[in-house]
Amino acid sequence: MFAGAAVLGALLVVTQKNPVYSVLALIASFFGLSGLYVLLEAPFVAVVQIIIYAGAIMVLFLFTVMLLNVPREDAAEWDRAHPLYRPMAVRIGGGLAILLALELGWALSRTAGLGGGVADEHPAVSSVAELGRVLFTDYMFAFEVTSILIIVAMVGAVVLAKKREE
Amino acid sequence: MSIGHYLVLSGVLFSIGAAGVFLRKNLITLLLSVEIMLNAVNLAFVAFGRQFGTVDGQIITFFVMTVAAAEAAVGLALVIGLFRHRESLNPEAFTSLKW
Repeated sequence: MFAGAAVLGALLVVTQKNPVYSVLALIASFFGLSGLYVLLEAPFVAVVQIIIYAGAIMVLFLFTVMLLNVPREDAAEWDRAHPLYRPMAVRIGGGLAILLALELGWALSRTAGLGGGVADEHPAVSSVAELGRVLFTDYMFAFEVTSILIIVAMVGAVVLAKKREE
Repeated sequence: MSIGHYLVLSGVLFSIGAAGVFLRKNLITLLLSVEIMLNAVNLAFVAFGRQFGTVDGQIITFFVMTVAAAEAAVGLALVIGLFRHRESLNPEAFTSLKW
């Protein structure tokens, strides 16, 4: 059911013409994914998914959409220049996509050990304390690099969005 | 559910995101599709982490989320800048660097 919600939300994001509806559908999709994380016994990831993604990032998107007052994609432009109306590209791309899907299905069907449930073999490690311990010992370097990345992104965003003074 | 189910779901979500990137003509929807793809990968990571009984999958998920946040911030700043320039969000409007 959660999987259905996630896939449905994602489909709506891609098919919706109005970006505001796209953002709202994506939030619904994130709630579905969050339910899946709970089923996978990763409650902290589920909570972070809701707070960070559905809360922070999507508000940022929604804010931008409203700020720019984005026009819908007009149907005329869609008809004129859309890549789906180039027959050669559609043929080649569709062929490659079908090939990829076949290969993936083949690989999945031939791989052993996919049958049992995910929770069969090992006990769940889901305590936040354990998570924090591993994050601050084994992944210390990656954590610090991430902080630098965030600073760079923050400064970059401010510089890019600033009005030019001339 | 077995790991195979999670992998198939992750693949389906990733395909939807990729289709969105290729087929849509709106910069904001493009960024949203990228978020869908990142989430599909997150799901695979968490599922594998559960399968092997470690927290590494969840930790990598946190890093992916951080990168997604940074990407969204910079991407949206770029979108705002481009929109000021051209009054359009169609990627076809920004082809002046195309040879």
